[in-house]
Amino acid sequence: MAIMKDSGGGNDIQWCFSQVKGAVDDDVAEADIISTVEFNHSGELLATGDKGGRVVIFQQEQENKIQSHSRGEYNVYSTFQSHEPEFDYLKSLEIEEKINKIRWLPQKNAAQFLLSTNDKTIKLWKISERDKRPEGYNLKEEDGRYRDPTTVTTLRVPVFRPMDLMVEASPRRIFANAHTYHINSISINSDYETYLSADDLRINLWHLEITDRSFNIVDIKPANMEELTEVITAAEFHPNSCNTFVYSSSKGTIRLCDMRASALCDRHSKLFEEPEDPSNRSFFSEIISSISDVKFSHSGRYMMTRDYLSVKIWDLNMENRPVETYQVHEYLRSKLCSLYENDCIFDKFECCWNGSDSVVMTGSYNNFFRMFDRNTKRDITLEASRENNKPRTVLKPRKVCASGKRKKDEISVDSLDFNKKILHTAWHPKENIIAVATTNNLYIFQDKGN
Amino acid sequence: MMLSKGLKRKREEEEKEALAVDSWWLDQGHPAAAQTPPPVASSSLFDLSVLKLHHSLRQSEPDLRHLVLVVNTLRRIQASMVPATALPPVPIQPTVPTVADSLLSSSDAGLSASVASLLEDLSHIEDLNQAPQLQADEGPPGRSVGGAPPNLGALDLLGPATSCLLEDGLEGLFEDIDTSMYDSELWAPASEGLKPSPENGPAKDETPELDEAELDYLMDVLVGTQALERPPGPGR
Repeated sequence: MAIMKDSGGGNDIQWCFSQVKGAVDDDVAEADIISTVEFNHSGELLATGDKGGRVVIFQQEQENKIQSHSRGEYNVYSTFQSHEPEFDYLKSLEIEEKINKIRWLPQKNAAQFLLSTNDKTIKLWKISERDKRPEGYNLKEEDGRYRDPTTVTTLRVPVFRPMDLMVEASPRRIFANAHTYHINSISINSDYETYLSADDLRINLWHLEITDRSFNIVDIKPANMEELTEVITAAEFHPNSCNTFVYSSSKGTIRLCDMRASALCDRHSKLFEEPEDPSNRSFFSEIISSISDVKFSHSGRYMMTRDYLSVKIWDLNMENRPVETYQVHEYLRSKLCSLYENDCIFDKFECCWNGSDSVVMTGSYNNFFRMFDRNTKRDITLEASRENNKPRTVLKPRKVCASGKRKKDEISVDSLDFNKKILHTAWHPKENIIAVATTNNLYIFQDKGN
Repeated sequence: MMLSKGLKRKREEEEKEALAVDSWWLDQGHPAAAQTPPPVASSSLFDLSVLKLHHSLRQSEPDLRHLVLVVNTLRRIQASMVPATALPPVPIQPTVPTVADSLLSSSDAGLSASVASLLEDLSHIEDLNQAPQLQADEGPPGRSVGGAPPNLGALDLLGPATSCLLEDGLEGLFEDIDTSMYDSELWAPASEGLKPSPENGPAKDETPELDEAELDYLMDVLVGTQALERPPGPGR
């Protein structure tokens, strides 16, 4: 499905550049660094969060409204400031406004809802459209001034008249003061009433209607902080089973917990861990085994984890090893020392599934991103770059030369730009449309056959 | 706030420098040789890790994941550098410096004290922070955050912070106070060869000072005795 050199079946995807959002200059403003990307459940809306605490939502144009040459483009729908920098007076610490995660709620009425979080506080935002306004008040003039009641001689019923579309975002709930450490994940339960938030040491369960309390369901803080050797890195609810969630750790383990077992899920139901390969052992083994992202498949039968060098697919029924492993950039294994030195080894890459769970995608360096087709076992490396990007032109696959003679069009490992990292990617839930975030630009690619 | 901002900018500048550093590790030769770790880690890898640990500790709010991974890696490197000495199992002891010493070699006593003190600080500060939720919980079915002590009663009037501090009784107050910050080793120039820079000193001091001033005040109010005289430590 990814790239078929021989004549394949009808399902070949040919990825084309569609759009790019964001500033063109190389001088990146810190606040514009994209920190999260997420499609909503229908795929019509695409949200990004940035380091400056802003959320930008793009909306896909309806097919029947637009010209023939553009198909389903995403345009800005709403922009709002979700989080502001705060100061914690007790600890004398600044709390960053950077948006760590955005998660959409399924749509229940005309309005859209999403959760956005920074290191400490989660907010529920309502995004609603207004395309009409009431006119003809009895006591108010059109400009809002109040009329003198004595001048009112007749009464009329105000009517709604159309107006230019206005999209308003308003904070409906603020869930604060429940996290001592930095929030890394939020995940909405399949009951659509509760959600979890996870920081380095704890996971809390919230009800969407209740902001003044949350339940602690996982706590791995040791009694003695000197014994701390492991932190929580990501957590997610199962897509169908509302009592089940998983959390990953910095030691490369994933724990599956059942909330029915006990109020405090300190004892896992399942522990997923692959034994270390002794031939690959190094001082950096633990760091590269640290899981940066965990995502259930849409079916709920599998989960995917991302560690520094690979993507692993786990069958929930098998705890002792993953069923599939894909190497993202194995050529970096011999460079771990320098990557440790420049801290790149601590980069946290995310991963995502396509709508049918047949292809997985993750980012890499040099603005490369990778896709792995689980059925054909083929993989492809593509680049998000403004150069050579004309709409409807098929993207050219990239190849990194690990050692030896570099072929034409290959790029050598030493030439890779480690400042250009793709940490956040998202796949439309139904179509072959992907959103890929470089440092401060958002790229949208589509299947040519779309 | 300005200090934190200053720290942040500095960190970013350092990161940029780090990225620009000549990647001399890449010239280690054959990839296979670099892949297999030598039986004994080079001292430069150890130094690099210590540098990273210090850098992490100097942050106003360290990234816990980064800190834990660096500490664990440092332990591995340490273990390989002293192969004859098996690492003793970590005993749970009340005295902070002793436990830390058993983990890292004695020459790093200052470092271990600072790691231990930082982790204790995080724990201590977090206890103070937990307080606001105690009043919000009303015995929910799940395990509520913090867990309210049985009889708050009149202590509520003094403010949310007190109820948490007095959970373990007055003796608990003193046990929680971490004094390793005032051990001379931390500030001795010889300890690491890396003096904490001036702008970092006050930032680190502010936090324990704030706690102690608050504790002293509460002691006065509750017990009606004068605040205990504390010998001025270095850096105050």
